[in-house]
Amino acid sequence: MSDSTAIDNNVAAATHLEHPPYQRHHFETIAQQFDATNFAMWLFLLTEIMFFGGLFTAYLIMRNWYYPAFVEGSHYLSIVWGTTNTGVLITSSFTMAMGVWCAETRRKSGLILCLVLTFVLGIVFLCIKGIEWHGEWVEHHVPGLNYSVQNFVNPASNPEVYAEYHDKPLGADMAVRTEEYFFLYFAMTGMHALHMIVGISILVFMIFRARAGAYTNGHVTFVENFGLYWHFVDIIWIFLFPLLYLISRHG
Amino acid sequence: MSATILALPDQSTARIPKMNYLSKENGLLSWLLTGDHKRIAILYLISITFFFFIGGSLAGLIRLELLTPQSDLMAADTYNKVFSMHGLIMVFFFLVPSVPATIGNFFIPMMVGAKDLALPKINLLSWYLYILAGGLMLYTMCTGGVDTGWTFTTPLSTHYLNTNVAGAALAVFVAGFSSIFTGLNFVVTIHKMRCPGMTWFRLPLFVWSHYAASILMVLGTPVLAITLVLVILERIAHIGVFDPAYGGDPLLFQHLFWFYSHPAVYIMILPGFGVISEVVSTFSRKRVFGYTAVAFSSVAIAVFGFFVWAHHMFIMGISNYAALVFSLLTMLVAVPSAIKIFNWAFTLYKGSVTFETPMLYAIGFMGLFTIGGMTGVFLGSTGTDIHLTETYFVVAHFHFVMVGGMLMAFLSGIHFWWPKMTGRMYPEKISQFAAVVTYIGFNLTFFPQFILGMLGMPRRYASYPPEFQVLNVFSTAGATVLGVGYLLPVLYLTWSLKYGQIAGNNPWQATGLEWQVQSPPLSENFPEIPIMDHEAYDYEWLDRQQAKEVASV
Repeated sequence: MSDSTAIDNNVAAATHLEHPPYQRHHFETIAQQFDATNFAMWLFLLTEIMFFGGLFTAYLIMRNWYYPAFVEGSHYLSIVWGTTNTGVLITSSFTMAMGVWCAETRRKSGLILCLVLTFVLGIVFLCIKGIEWHGEWVEHHVPGLNYSVQNFVNPASNPEVYAEYHDKPLGADMAVRTEEYFFLYFAMTGMHALHMIVGISILVFMIFRARAGAYTNGHVTFVENFGLYWHFVDIIWIFLFPLLYLISRHG
Repeated sequence: MSATILALPDQSTARIPKMNYLSKENGLLSWLLTGDHKRIAILYLISITFFFFIGGSLAGLIRLELLTPQSDLMAADTYNKVFSMHGLIMVFFFLVPSVPATIGNFFIPMMVGAKDLALPKINLLSWYLYILAGGLMLYTMCTGGVDTGWTFTTPLSTHYLNTNVAGAALAVFVAGFSSIFTGLNFVVTIHKMRCPGMTWFRLPLFVWSHYAASILMVLGTPVLAITLVLVILERIAHIGVFDPAYGGDPLLFQHLFWFYSHPAVYIMILPGFGVISEVVSTFSRKRVFGYTAVAFSSVAIAVFGFFVWAHHMFIMGISNYAALVFSLLTMLVAVPSAIKIFNWAFTLYKGSVTFETPMLYAIGFMGLFTIGGMTGVFLGSTGTDIHLTETYFVVAHFHFVMVGGMLMAFLSGIHFWWPKMTGRMYPEKISQFAAVVTYIGFNLTFFPQFILGMLGMPRRYASYPPEFQVLNVFSTAGATVLGVGYLLPVLYLTWSLKYGQIAGNNPWQATGLEWQVQSPPLSENFPEIPIMDHEAYDYEWLDRQQAKEVASV
């Protein structure tokens, strides 16, 4: 880093008055500023991985212990809604990536359009998630608040699911562990949804800023870093979806 | 002891520079909204000192209760709350932020030759999170406290207790984010903000050790955060992953908790190592022996530190094979720690050693940390651990490392950099006296606890069999001496803010970049970004530099 920065320094010193207005005082060059903030965002995402990592660990251990309960619990999640939501989220990642591209190429209206689309898709995701959670409430599958093991000690009590999977009744000690499954389901999807809500709030802020002409003046750091965050939240879902909905569903 | 390297400017003409980071702006708001890493460091210094004395008073209450075998000063459950709050406050509100958030915050940008940390606003945010968390913790304490011990052990914390566990857990959760942001800021700064010529192996060892500690903060703390979220959820929803009554696994909690909390002890001690490296080099007038080995040993401690957590669980029902592997890995950590101690000792060898206060504390550190570290090996071997675990031996062990080690390092660093931070010297004689008092008081307090532990006195009880009283009286007496040792610096350092001698740029003749600028420094640290053209701890470079200055005058 030494030599190249030394040259950069001289250039920066020579062109001191030409610093773009968005360069913070403590950075020598705009490249350094971009580099540092970008690196910080990646590190932050690393901490997020560790944060979710704890949940994933708990899920995998519990799943190994109470395998039948986790399999039968997953039968009550809707594959259709889950897949739709996965599609919605991946599409929103695409619109976000396009947004970053628009910002880089200084297309103001394109950027606003992409951000609004991302925002809408985020809201759609949360609405679908809300519909699913409501379904769980109706089925008495919300641990701690509204839970019944009825569907698991007597699978025929829900003819629809029974017709599809022919679940065997679980013993009483295993049936109560389905609550464990739904607890982790709510903890994981809830924590994910919380990240979505934070992301959507930032999106609203960005849409207003973008209308005022921010991000398309060459200073794209914020959009880029937010894009990273948005993709990260997307990737978390990409792991949640198979773990909660898909694996061993027919096992 | 008469020899000194202290070189102060002529006191009759010397002045504190008019322009500096303290004088640049005035008023409370200029402090509360500052982005200056130096001012944030001062804010942190005041806050952690406040929490240190709260935690210290609680320690005083513990020792007072243990003066007699019966639980007569307070009821047993009050005692539980007192030691829990002592642990929580000392660990999360003093030890974790102690050196990094104060000295590290102040000097890492200067040591790498930058104007500020990479993310000044995040730095300020981390202080506000700390204050928020501290407020929550004090609120918890005032509304009944918490009696889980600092470890939030499940299912005790999730099922059996009616105290304010959720409040305390939330406070630690928020404090955790403060620590994550500090660590993240340091890593980014060390990677991206180094001045021209400042290669990795020209960084002061202080920076290396903070780098290692920051990695631990960034990777470990989020795991604690999610664990505490699950504990809170479990208490609220009565469903959980940790409580066996609900089908959970208490051992899983132990794994997740110690996955953070063991590395956390390295978060606490590694910055201390950094201070000692600087101080030992400066007061021996020698480059740190085996610079590269010391630098890499910090990183090695960070890496190994992530693979030893289960040694807290030898008696908790993990498999014998796991215990065997974790025991071996635990002893591996002793290797890089020993490398440091030996290298500091070799730095002293044939150096021009002088014994100013920072050096006295540093030497105290080396002795006490060695004892603390070696007893850690006792506890790391599965056989002795079964006898010693949950006894006062463990208490003595981690107090030797954390108080004898880290607190000594903190005080060493504060004295060492005080002239740079404030522009004034602390009074030398009384501070040497305080260092010696601390050392004596510390040993009197905690050495008897090793013996008590060997004899089988369990920790966390308000009463104990009468035959242990003599050693407990020693310990309590020592705590009183220790209290005096900690109170003295607060008094004379405050005094020195107004009446201390003017320090000048480089009172210790030290080589770090931070010593080559005025004290207290400018808001932007350097008049212009420096170019690093020599190795770290190059005293010949310093001599040449001074010769040049004399010639040009």
